[in-house]
Amino acid sequence: MSERKGWNRQQIADRLAREFQDGWIVNLGVGMPTLCSNTDIGDRRVIYHAENGVIGYGPVAAPGEEDFNLVNAGGQNVTLLPGAAVVHHADSFAIIRSGRIDVTVMGAYEATCNGDFANWKLAGQKGGGIGGAMDLAVGAKRVFIMLEHRTRDGKPRLLERCTLPVTARGVVTLVATDLGLFAPTGEGFAVRDLASGVTLEEVRGATGCPVTG
Amino acid sequence: MQKLVGSFAEAVRDIPDGATIAIGGFAHPGTPFNLIRALAAQGARDLTCIANTTGGAQQPRMPDIGLLVEQGQVRKVICAFTAATRPTDVLPFTQHYEAGAVEAELVPQGTLAERLRAAGAGIPAFYTPTGVGTELAEGRETRMIQGREYLLEYALPVDVALIRAHRADAMGNLRFHRSQRNFNPLMAMAARTAIVEVEEEILPAGAMDPDDVHLSGIFIHRMIRVPPSPEGLWPTRREERAR
Repeated sequence: MSERKGWNRQQIADRLAREFQDGWIVNLGVGMPTLCSNTDIGDRRVIYHAENGVIGYGPVAAPGEEDFNLVNAGGQNVTLLPGAAVVHHADSFAIIRSGRIDVTVMGAYEATCNGDFANWKLAGQKGGGIGGAMDLAVGAKRVFIMLEHRTRDGKPRLLERCTLPVTARGVVTLVATDLGLFAPTGEGFAVRDLASGVTLEEVRGATGCPVTG
Repeated sequence: MQKLVGSFAEAVRDIPDGATIAIGGFAHPGTPFNLIRALAAQGARDLTCIANTTGGAQQPRMPDIGLLVEQGQVRKVICAFTAATRPTDVLPFTQHYEAGAVEAELVPQGTLAERLRAAGAGIPAFYTPTGVGTELAEGRETRMIQGREYLLEYALPVDVALIRAHRADAMGNLRFHRSQRNFNPLMAMAARTAIVEVEEEILPAGAMDPDDVHLSGIFIHRMIRVPPSPEGLWPTRREERAR
Protein backbone atom coordinates (compact mmCIF):
# COMPACT_ATOMS: atom_id res chain seq x y z
CA MET A 1 0.00 0.00 0.00
CA SER A 2 1.55 3.26 -1.07
CA GLU A 3 1.17 6.19 1.30
CA ARG A 4 -0.48 9.18 -0.31
CA LYS A 5 1.53 12.33 0.15
CA GLY A 6 -0.29 15.33 1.57
CA TRP A 7 -3.69 15.57 3.24
CA ASN A 8 -6.86 13.83 2.15
CA ARG A 9 -10.16 15.68 2.20
CA GLN A 10 -10.95 14.85 5.80
CA GLN A 11 -7.48 15.97 6.86
CA ILE A 12 -7.89 19.26 5.00
CA ALA A 13 -11.18 19.79 6.82
CA ASP A 14 -9.59 18.75 10.13
CA ARG A 15 -6.85 21.34 9.75
CA LEU A 16 -9.37 24.14 9.27
CA ALA A 17 -11.72 22.89 11.99
CA ARG A 18 -8.83 22.96 14.46
CA GLU A 19 -8.85 26.77 14.00
CA PHE A 20 -12.42 26.97 15.35
CA GLN A 21 -12.62 28.62 18.75
CA ASP A 22 -15.06 27.94 21.58
CA GLY A 23 -18.40 29.64 21.05
CA TRP A 24 -17.96 30.39 17.35
CA ILE A 25 -20.95 30.48 15.01
CA VAL A 26 -19.83 28.37 12.05
CA ASN A 27 -21.35 28.08 8.57
CA LEU A 28 -20.19 25.07 6.55
CA GLY A 29 -20.68 25.08 2.79
CA VAL A 30 -22.15 22.12 0.94
CA GLY A 31 -19.79 19.27 0.04
CA MET A 32 -16.21 19.11 1.34
CA PRO A 33 -16.67 21.72 4.12
CA THR A 34 -19.27 19.54 5.88
CA LEU A 35 -16.34 17.24 6.77
CA CYS A 36 -15.29 19.89 9.33
CA SER A 37 -18.16 18.73 11.55
CA ASN A 38 -16.43 15.30 11.92
CA THR A 39 -13.32 16.81 13.48
CA ASP A 40 -12.61 16.32 17.16
CA ILE A 41 -11.94 19.81 18.53
CA GLY A 42 -11.84 18.75 22.15
CA ASP A 43 -14.06 20.60 24.59
CA ARG A 44 -14.59 23.58 22.30
CA ARG A 45 -18.24 24.01 21.34
CA VAL A 46 -19.31 25.67 18.13
CA ILE A 47 -22.81 26.41 16.86
CA TYR A 48 -23.58 25.46 13.27
CA HIS A 49 -25.63 27.90 11.23
CA ALA A 50 -27.24 26.77 7.98
CA GLU A 51 -28.28 29.35 5.40
CA ASN A 52 -31.88 28.11 5.44
CA GLY A 53 -32.23 29.49 8.95
CA VAL A 54 -31.35 26.51 11.14
CA ILE A 55 -29.11 27.57 14.02
CA GLY A 56 -27.66 24.84 16.21
CA TYR A 57 -28.08 21.72 14.10
CA GLY A 58 -26.40 18.45 14.97
CA PRO A 59 -25.58 15.19 13.20
CA VAL A 60 -27.58 13.73 10.34
CA ALA A 61 -30.63 11.88 11.66
CA ALA A 62 -30.54 8.10 11.84
CA PRO A 63 -32.68 6.30 9.24
CA GLY A 64 -36.25 6.25 10.47
CA GLU A 65 -35.64 9.18 12.81
CA GLU A 66 -35.69 11.94 10.18
CA ASP A 67 -37.91 14.98 10.34
CA PHE A 68 -38.64 15.61 6.66
CA ASN A 69 -39.27 19.28 7.41
CA LEU A 70 -35.73 19.75 8.70
CA VAL A 71 -32.67 19.98 6.46
CA ASN A 72 -29.30 21.72 6.51
CA ALA A 73 -27.94 23.73 3.58
CA GLY A 74 -27.01 20.52 1.77
CA GLY A 75 -30.53 19.12 2.04
CA GLN A 76 -29.55 16.46 4.59
CA ASN A 77 -32.13 15.60 7.25
CA VAL A 78 -30.18 16.74 10.28
CA THR A 79 -31.09 16.83 13.97
CA LEU A 80 -31.30 19.81 16.32
CA LEU A 81 -29.15 20.19 19.41
CA PRO A 82 -30.50 21.64 22.67
CA GLY A 83 -30.80 25.42 22.30
CA ALA A 84 -31.38 25.33 18.54
CA ALA A 85 -33.52 27.94 16.81
CA VAL A 86 -35.07 28.32 13.37
CA VAL A 87 -35.54 31.63 11.57
CA HIS A 88 -36.72 32.58 8.08
CA HIS A 89 -34.39 33.35 5.20
CA ALA A 90 -34.27 37.12 5.63
CA ASP A 91 -33.24 36.72 9.27
CA SER A 92 -30.77 33.99 8.38
CA PHE A 93 -29.04 36.29 5.89
CA ALA A 94 -29.30 39.21 8.31
CA ILE A 95 -27.17 37.07 10.63
CA ILE A 96 -24.77 36.47 7.74
CA ARG A 97 -24.41 40.00 6.36
CA SER A 98 -24.26 41.71 9.73
CA GLY A 99 -21.10 39.89 10.78
CA ARG A 100 -22.54 37.40 13.27
CA ILE A 101 -20.96 34.38 11.58
CA ASP A 102 -17.47 33.83 13.02
CA VAL A 103 -16.33 31.67 10.15
CA THR A 104 -17.66 30.30 6.90
CA VAL A 105 -15.90 27.35 5.28
CA MET A 106 -16.42 27.03 1.54
CA GLY A 107 -15.11 25.00 -1.33
CA ALA A 108 -13.71 26.93 -4.31
CA TYR A 109 -12.18 26.50 -7.77
CA GLU A 110 -9.58 29.23 -7.23
CA ALA A 111 -8.26 31.55 -4.51
CA THR A 112 -5.80 34.43 -4.81
CA CYS A 113 -3.08 36.03 -2.72
CA ASN A 114 -5.17 39.21 -2.35
CA GLY A 115 -8.06 37.27 -0.85
CA ASP A 116 -10.35 36.86 -3.86
CA PHE A 117 -11.95 33.51 -4.57
CA ALA A 118 -14.14 31.91 -7.23
CA ASN A 119 -16.67 29.17 -6.59
CA TRP A 120 -19.92 29.83 -8.45
CA LYS A 121 -19.29 29.51 -12.16
CA LEU A 122 -17.02 27.41 -14.36
CA ALA A 123 -15.47 28.61 -17.61
CA GLY A 124 -18.03 28.55 -20.41
CA GLN A 125 -20.88 27.60 -18.10
CA LYS A 126 -24.24 29.21 -18.70
CA GLY A 127 -25.68 30.33 -15.38
CA GLY A 128 -24.13 29.36 -12.10
CA GLY A 129 -24.71 28.31 -8.53
CA ILE A 130 -24.31 31.22 -6.13
CA GLY A 131 -26.59 30.13 -3.34
CA GLY A 132 -25.50 31.89 -0.17
CA ALA A 133 -21.81 32.05 -1.10
CA MET A 134 -21.64 35.74 -2.04
CA ASP A 135 -23.49 36.81 1.09
CA LEU A 136 -21.34 34.61 3.34
CA ALA A 137 -18.16 35.79 1.65
CA VAL A 138 -18.79 39.47 2.37
CA GLY A 139 -20.54 39.01 5.71
CA ALA A 140 -18.67 36.39 7.72
CA LYS A 141 -15.85 37.53 10.00
CA ARG A 142 -13.54 34.90 8.50
CA VAL A 143 -13.64 33.03 5.20
CA PHE A 144 -11.87 29.67 5.13
CA ILE A 145 -11.45 28.11 1.70
CA MET A 146 -10.73 24.44 1.04
CA LEU A 147 -9.71 23.07 -2.32
CA GLU A 148 -7.28 20.75 -4.08
CA HIS A 149 -4.02 22.62 -4.62
CA ARG A 150 -3.98 21.87 -8.36
CA THR A 151 -6.56 21.15 -11.04
CA ARG A 152 -6.80 17.68 -12.55
CA ASP A 153 -4.51 18.96 -15.32
CA GLY A 154 -1.93 20.00 -12.71
CA LYS A 155 -2.56 23.74 -12.98
CA PRO A 156 -2.41 25.84 -9.81
CA ARG A 157 -5.62 26.93 -8.12
CA LEU A 158 -3.80 29.39 -5.82
CA LEU A 159 -3.16 32.34 -8.07
CA GLU A 160 -2.33 36.05 -8.38
CA ARG A 161 -5.72 36.64 -9.94
CA CYS A 162 -8.81 34.49 -10.52
CA THR A 163 -9.37 33.27 -14.07
CA LEU A 164 -13.01 32.46 -13.23
CA PRO A 165 -15.71 34.95 -12.16
CA VAL A 166 -15.08 35.87 -8.53
CA THR A 167 -17.48 35.26 -5.65
CA ALA A 168 -16.02 38.13 -3.61
CA ARG A 169 -12.83 40.18 -3.44
CA GLY A 170 -10.32 40.51 -0.62
CA VAL A 171 -12.17 38.36 1.88
CA VAL A 172 -10.23 35.09 2.24
CA THR A 173 -8.64 34.48 5.66
CA LEU A 174 -7.15 30.99 5.22
CA VAL A 175 -6.81 28.47 2.41
CA ALA A 176 -6.37 24.76 3.14
CA THR A 177 -5.35 22.33 0.42
CA ASP A 178 -3.93 18.82 0.17
CA LEU A 179 -0.47 20.42 0.54
CA GLY A 180 -1.03 22.58 3.62
CA LEU A 181 -2.59 25.61 5.24
CA PHE A 182 -1.90 29.05 3.78
CA ALA A 183 -2.78 32.66 4.48
CA PRO A 184 -3.04 35.25 1.69
CA THR A 185 -0.67 38.16 2.30
CA GLY A 186 -1.40 40.42 -0.68
CA GLU A 187 1.85 39.55 -2.47
CA GLY A 188 1.65 35.80 -2.05
CA PHE A 189 0.68 33.05 0.36
CA ALA A 190 2.34 32.51 3.74
CA VAL A 191 2.64 28.89 4.83
CA ARG A 192 0.91 28.28 8.12
CA ASP A 193 1.31 24.52 8.03
CA LEU A 194 2.63 21.92 5.60
CA ALA A 195 0.96 18.54 5.09
CA SER A 196 3.00 15.49 6.06
CA GLY A 197 5.81 14.77 3.59
CA VAL A 198 5.27 18.00 1.62
CA THR A 199 8.15 20.45 1.15
CA LEU A 200 8.07 24.19 0.67
CA GLU A 201 9.65 23.72 -2.76
CA GLU A 202 6.82 21.43 -3.82
CA VAL A 203 4.27 24.00 -2.69
CA ARG A 204 6.08 26.73 -4.61
CA GLY A 205 6.09 24.58 -7.73
CA ALA A 206 2.34 23.98 -7.43
CA THR A 207 1.32 27.58 -6.70
CA GLY A 208 0.70 30.40 -9.19
CA CYS A 209 2.12 33.17 -7.00
CA PRO A 210 4.93 33.60 -4.44
CA VAL A 211 4.89 31.40 -1.34
CA THR A 212 6.75 32.38 1.82
CA GLY A 213 7.72 29.86 4.47
CA MET B 1 -63.19 36.79 4.19
CA GLN B 2 -63.44 33.05 3.58
CA LYS B 3 -59.85 32.01 2.87
CA LEU B 4 -60.38 28.28 2.83
CA VAL B 5 -60.83 26.91 -0.69
CA GLY B 6 -62.25 23.55 -1.67
CA SER B 7 -59.53 22.15 -3.91
CA PHE B 8 -56.01 22.76 -5.13
CA ALA B 9 -57.42 23.31 -8.61
CA GLU B 10 -59.69 26.04 -7.27
CA ALA B 11 -56.78 27.60 -5.38
CA VAL B 12 -54.78 28.20 -8.57
CA ARG B 13 -57.63 28.46 -11.13
CA ASP B 14 -57.33 32.21 -11.82
CA ILE B 15 -53.53 32.38 -12.21
CA PRO B 16 -53.15 34.01 -15.63
CA ASP B 17 -50.54 33.49 -18.33
CA GLY B 18 -47.58 35.80 -17.77
CA ALA B 19 -47.93 35.91 -13.98
CA THR B 20 -44.96 36.20 -11.63
CA ILE B 21 -45.08 33.27 -9.21
CA ALA B 22 -42.94 32.80 -6.09
CA ILE B 23 -42.57 29.17 -5.08
CA GLY B 24 -41.53 28.49 -1.50
CA GLY B 25 -39.23 25.85 -0.13
CA PHE B 26 -35.57 25.15 0.47
CA ALA B 27 -34.87 21.59 -0.63
CA HIS B 28 -38.10 19.74 0.24
CA PRO B 29 -39.19 21.46 3.44
CA GLY B 30 -41.77 24.15 2.72
CA THR B 31 -42.17 23.25 -0.95
CA PRO B 32 -45.86 23.43 -1.92
CA PHE B 33 -45.91 20.14 -3.86
CA ASN B 34 -49.71 20.06 -4.16
CA LEU B 35 -50.09 23.63 -5.41
CA ILE B 36 -47.27 23.09 -7.92
CA ARG B 37 -49.00 19.97 -9.23
CA ALA B 38 -52.25 21.92 -9.50
CA LEU B 39 -50.56 24.78 -11.39
CA ALA B 40 -48.99 22.26 -13.76
CA ALA B 41 -52.46 20.81 -14.42
CA GLN B 42 -53.99 24.29 -14.77
CA GLY B 43 -51.51 25.05 -17.53
CA ALA B 44 -50.78 28.78 -17.17
CA ARG B 45 -47.87 29.70 -19.44
CA ASP B 46 -45.26 32.39 -19.90
CA LEU B 47 -44.70 32.45 -16.15
CA THR B 48 -41.85 34.14 -14.31
CA CYS B 49 -40.99 31.83 -11.42
CA ILE B 50 -39.03 32.84 -8.34
CA ALA B 51 -37.52 30.05 -6.22
CA ASN B 52 -34.25 29.19 -4.53
CA THR B 53 -33.25 26.75 -7.27
CA THR B 54 -34.48 25.82 -10.73
CA GLY B 55 -35.54 22.43 -9.40
CA GLY B 56 -33.98 19.03 -9.08
CA ALA B 57 -34.51 15.82 -11.01
CA GLN B 58 -38.27 15.49 -10.96
CA GLN B 59 -39.88 13.07 -8.52
CA PRO B 60 -43.56 12.46 -9.22
CA ARG B 61 -44.50 12.69 -5.53
CA MET B 62 -42.44 15.81 -4.82
CA PRO B 63 -42.74 18.19 -7.79
CA ASP B 64 -40.92 21.52 -7.71
CA ILE B 65 -40.40 24.47 -10.06
CA GLY B 66 -38.65 22.05 -12.45
CA LEU B 67 -42.00 20.44 -13.32
CA LEU B 68 -43.31 23.78 -14.61
CA VAL B 69 -40.07 24.29 -16.57
CA GLU B 70 -40.30 20.83 -18.12
CA GLN B 71 -43.88 21.48 -19.17
CA GLY B 72 -42.85 24.65 -20.98
CA GLN B 73 -44.90 26.90 -18.67
CA VAL B 74 -41.96 29.06 -17.61
CA ARG B 75 -40.55 32.01 -19.56
CA LYS B 76 -38.08 33.16 -16.92
CA VAL B 77 -36.70 32.02 -13.57
CA ILE B 78 -35.23 34.18 -10.79
CA CYS B 79 -33.11 31.89 -8.60
CA ALA B 80 -29.95 31.63 -6.47
CA PHE B 81 -28.87 28.61 -8.53
CA THR B 82 -29.23 28.38 -12.31
CA ALA B 83 -26.76 25.51 -12.62
CA ALA B 84 -26.31 22.32 -10.66
CA THR B 85 -24.16 22.62 -7.54
CA ARG B 86 -22.18 19.66 -8.85
CA PRO B 87 -21.07 20.49 -12.40
CA THR B 88 -21.54 16.85 -13.41
CA ASP B 89 -25.27 16.91 -12.59
CA VAL B 90 -27.59 17.71 -15.48
CA LEU B 91 -30.83 19.31 -14.36
CA PRO B 92 -34.01 19.33 -16.45
CA PHE B 93 -33.75 23.12 -16.36
CA THR B 94 -30.24 23.16 -17.84
CA GLN B 95 -31.40 21.69 -21.15
CA HIS B 96 -34.19 24.25 -21.51
CA TYR B 97 -31.84 27.07 -20.50
CA GLU B 98 -29.06 26.10 -22.88
CA ALA B 99 -31.60 25.74 -25.69
CA GLY B 100 -32.69 29.34 -25.03
CA ALA B 101 -36.24 28.29 -24.15
CA VAL B 102 -36.06 29.87 -20.67
CA GLU B 103 -34.43 33.07 -19.40
CA ALA B 104 -32.76 33.24 -16.02
CA GLU B 105 -31.83 35.91 -13.52
CA LEU B 106 -29.24 34.67 -11.05
CA VAL B 107 -29.47 36.34 -7.64
CA PRO B 108 -27.44 35.69 -4.47
CA GLN B 109 -29.64 33.88 -1.97
CA GLY B 110 -29.57 36.58 0.70
CA THR B 111 -30.33 39.22 -1.89
CA LEU B 112 -33.25 37.15 -3.17
CA ALA B 113 -34.65 36.87 0.37
CA GLU B 114 -34.17 40.58 1.05
CA ARG B 115 -35.69 41.65 -2.29
CA LEU B 116 -38.81 39.66 -1.40
CA ARG B 117 -38.82 41.03 2.13
CA ALA B 118 -38.49 44.58 0.80
CA ALA B 119 -41.39 44.07 -1.61
CA GLY B 120 -43.54 42.92 1.29
CA ALA B 121 -42.38 45.75 3.52
CA GLY B 122 -43.03 48.77 1.30
CA ILE B 123 -39.32 49.32 0.60
CA PRO B 124 -38.56 49.86 -3.11
CA ALA B 125 -34.81 49.20 -3.08
CA PHE B 126 -31.82 48.81 -0.78
CA TYR B 127 -28.04 48.69 -0.82
CA THR B 128 -26.18 45.47 0.02
CA PRO B 129 -22.49 44.55 0.19
CA THR B 130 -23.24 41.23 -1.52
CA GLY B 131 -22.04 40.94 -5.11
CA VAL B 132 -19.83 44.05 -5.11
CA GLY B 133 -16.79 43.51 -7.36
CA THR B 134 -18.35 40.52 -9.12
CA GLU B 135 -19.77 39.94 -12.59
CA LEU B 136 -23.26 40.50 -11.13
CA ALA B 137 -22.44 44.13 -10.35
CA GLU B 138 -21.19 45.03 -13.84
CA GLY B 139 -22.95 48.10 -15.20
CA ARG B 140 -25.09 48.52 -12.10
CA GLU B 141 -25.41 51.30 -9.56
CA THR B 142 -23.17 51.12 -6.51
CA ARG B 143 -22.62 53.65 -3.77
CA MET B 144 -19.98 54.30 -1.15
CA ILE B 145 -21.56 54.48 2.29
CA GLN B 146 -19.27 55.13 5.24
CA GLY B 147 -16.26 54.00 3.25
CA ARG B 148 -17.67 50.72 1.93
CA GLU B 149 -19.12 50.00 -1.51
CA TYR B 150 -22.67 48.67 -1.79
CA LEU B 151 -24.78 47.44 -4.69
CA LEU B 152 -28.29 48.75 -5.33
CA GLU B 153 -30.95 46.04 -5.41
CA TYR B 154 -34.65 46.48 -6.15
CA ALA B 155 -37.63 44.96 -4.37
CA LEU B 156 -39.14 41.90 -6.04
CA PRO B 157 -42.94 42.05 -5.91
CA VAL B 158 -44.82 38.97 -7.07
CA ASP B 159 -48.34 38.28 -8.25
CA VAL B 160 -48.87 34.94 -6.56
CA ALA B 161 -46.95 33.11 -3.83
CA LEU B 162 -47.36 29.36 -3.44
CA ILE B 163 -46.16 28.19 -0.03
CA ARG B 164 -46.56 25.38 2.50
CA ALA B 165 -47.01 25.68 6.26
CA HIS B 166 -47.59 23.31 9.16
CA ARG B 167 -50.48 24.92 11.03
CA ALA B 168 -53.07 27.57 10.25
CA ASP B 169 -56.21 29.01 11.72
CA ALA B 170 -59.27 30.34 9.91
CA MET B 171 -57.73 33.83 9.85
CA GLY B 172 -54.78 32.52 7.83
CA ASN B 173 -52.32 32.90 10.69
CA LEU B 174 -49.48 30.46 10.02
CA ARG B 175 -46.95 28.44 11.93
CA PHE B 176 -44.13 26.61 10.18
CA HIS B 177 -42.33 23.48 11.33
CA ARG B 178 -38.52 23.46 11.45
CA SER B 179 -36.80 24.52 8.24
CA GLN B 180 -40.11 24.63 6.40
CA ARG B 181 -40.13 28.36 7.10
CA ASN B 182 -37.22 29.42 4.81
CA PHE B 183 -38.45 31.83 2.09
CA ASN B 184 -42.15 31.17 2.71
CA PRO B 185 -43.13 34.12 4.94
CA LEU B 186 -41.16 36.50 2.70
CA MET B 187 -42.78 35.22 -0.49
CA ALA B 188 -46.26 35.52 1.02
CA MET B 189 -45.51 39.09 2.10
CA ALA B 190 -44.24 40.00 -1.38
CA ALA B 191 -47.35 38.65 -3.10
CA ARG B 192 -50.64 40.24 -4.09
CA THR B 193 -52.18 36.79 -3.67
CA ALA B 194 -50.61 34.33 -1.23
CA ILE B 195 -51.82 30.74 -1.35
CA VAL B 196 -50.79 28.24 1.34
CA GLU B 197 -51.13 24.49 1.61
CA VAL B 198 -51.35 23.46 5.25
CA GLU B 199 -50.27 20.16 6.80
CA GLU B 200 -52.60 20.09 9.81
CA GLU B 201 -56.32 20.47 10.06
CA ILE B 202 -57.12 24.18 9.85
CA LEU B 203 -58.03 25.45 13.28
CA PRO B 204 -60.87 27.80 14.24
CA ALA B 205 -59.94 31.38 15.05
CA GLY B 206 -58.70 31.57 18.60
CA ALA B 207 -57.25 28.06 18.68
CA MET B 208 -53.72 29.24 17.91
CA ASP B 209 -51.85 31.12 20.60
CA PRO B 210 -51.21 34.60 19.11
CA ASP B 211 -47.61 34.37 20.33
CA ASP B 212 -47.10 31.24 18.23
CA VAL B 213 -47.99 32.86 14.91
CA HIS B 214 -44.99 33.05 12.55
CA LEU B 215 -46.84 34.90 9.80
CA SER B 216 -49.96 37.00 10.25
CA GLY B 217 -53.04 35.98 8.27
CA ILE B 218 -53.03 39.54 6.88
CA PHE B 219 -50.56 38.22 4.31
CA ILE B 220 -52.57 35.10 3.39
CA HIS B 221 -55.45 35.01 0.91
CA ARG B 222 -56.22 31.35 0.24
CA MET B 223 -55.57 28.14 2.15
CA ILE B 224 -56.17 24.48 1.70
CA ARG B 225 -55.28 21.49 3.82
CA VAL B 226 -52.98 18.80 2.40
CA PRO B 227 -54.85 15.49 2.53
CA PRO B 228 -53.06 12.37 3.77
CA SER B 229 -50.95 10.43 1.30
CA PRO B 230 -51.55 9.09 -1.31
CA GLU B 231 -54.08 11.80 -2.26
CA GLY B 232 -51.86 14.56 -0.86
CA LEU B 233 -48.16 15.01 -1.57
CA TRP B 234 -45.75 14.89 1.38
CA PRO B 235 -41.96 14.97 1.68
CA THR B 236 -40.40 11.54 2.17
CA ARG B 237 -36.92 10.15 2.68
CA ARG B 238 -34.35 10.02 -0.07
CA GLU B 239 -34.65 6.29 -0.75
CA GLU B 240 -38.32 6.68 -1.51
CA ARG B 241 -37.87 9.51 -3.96
CA ALA B 242 -37.01 7.30 -6.88
CA ARG B 243 -40.18 5.23 -6.60
